[in-house]
Amino acid sequence: MATIIIPTPLRKFTNNTAKLQIAGGTIESSIKELTTNFPDLKRHLLDENGRIRSFVNIFVGDEDIRDLQQEQTLVKDDTVVSIIPAIAGGL
Amino acid sequence: MISATKQVSSLESKILALSEKVGNTPIHNFSSALIGNNNIKLVGKMEWMQLGGSVKARAAYFIIKNAVESGQLTEQTILLDATSGNTGIAYAAIAKEAGIRVSLCLPENASIERKQILTELGVDIVYTSPLEGTDGSQQVARELVKDNPGKYFYADQYKNENNWKAHYNTTALEILNQVPTITHFVAGMGTTGTFVGTGRRLREINPAIRLIAFQPDSALHGLEGWKHLETAVVPKIYDPAVADEIIEVTTEESYDMLKKVYDIEGLLLSPSSAANVAGALKVAATLTEGTIVTVLPDNSDKYSEVIKKVLKK
Repeated sequence: MATIIIPTPLRKFTNNTAKLQIAGGTIESSIKELTTNFPDLKRHLLDENGRIRSFVNIFVGDEDIRDLQQEQTLVKDDTVVSIIPAIAGGL
Repeated sequence: MISATKQVSSLESKILALSEKVGNTPIHNFSSALIGNNNIKLVGKMEWMQLGGSVKARAAYFIIKNAVESGQLTEQTILLDATSGNTGIAYAAIAKEAGIRVSLCLPENASIERKQILTELGVDIVYTSPLEGTDGSQQVARELVKDNPGKYFYADQYKNENNWKAHYNTTALEILNQVPTITHFVAGMGTTGTFVGTGRRLREINPAIRLIAFQPDSALHGLEGWKHLETAVVPKIYDPAVADEIIEVTTEESYDMLKKVYDIEGLLLSPSSAANVAGALKVAATLTEGTIVTVLPDNSDKYSEVIKKVLKK
């Protein structure tokens, strides 16, 4: 099973769980599995067409999926996927 | 006879001398081509035109000035805070001229330009978890203060009353002077200092002015500087009584507006400035006439990665 790390602001929607196990496959299928298990995450991660919102940063290990195969990036059993929030806290 | 005049320290003198570089920002009148209604005016304060290049010059200056005057911040103590960048740059710009040392807790995923600017200004950066945003940075800052008694002056922009007071004493009065016909003040919220301070003063002087705050629609937004209060640690200075209404603005709406403002007005704004314009136009769509004023916290200088993506569309 692969691991997906949930950032602090989204843990409210995952019963305060920081790390979840996912079946793997691709980023697309992993995010689908995640949003099926935790439907409240859906609007935060996906747009109205079901694609990952353009400003949501997803990393496989230390690499941004934009620099890999985007949503088709492979998620293997030992992969650690992180969802990284944008920076907030100014104005 | 004993003189009652307070002795002004050299550090205080240096801080006072910087006051001319803070505030008194010019305004931009958006065109009717953007607004789509000739009976509505939309005015933005170009807040990047002050020390450090952002709205944060105001809060940073008030926080530092007050701390120096009260003796909490000296040449021997280090100014410490958690910041996503703009406040840090403002602290650093003021501190460099005054000879004060600065340490900042900054999420590791802050923009490259911000990290470079802070490093060049001589800031000691403590990187914090990218997973936890500035809430995590605040936690690290609190631990540093606890573990090192007397070493730091913890500015704590989320709790420091001088944050909102800066806007109460400057931004609001400048707006009334520059745009006396104002009917609506609108702005996004992060520490909430700009909205709370400006709104509070405007309401005291003219209770007819409507105060509308903006929020990102999601915890995972791309509006650097904004805070999703529903899922974040709510800043102590936040006063929910100030806003007549709170409207959501999405990151996608901000990016679309960034491009539109560039095409129509020739202004390259930051995502949070564009979000304020997007929100202001949502308010405009509900009115037949009026004068809406917002702040444009900074321009695009520190957002090359976003700008490249948005203008390519």
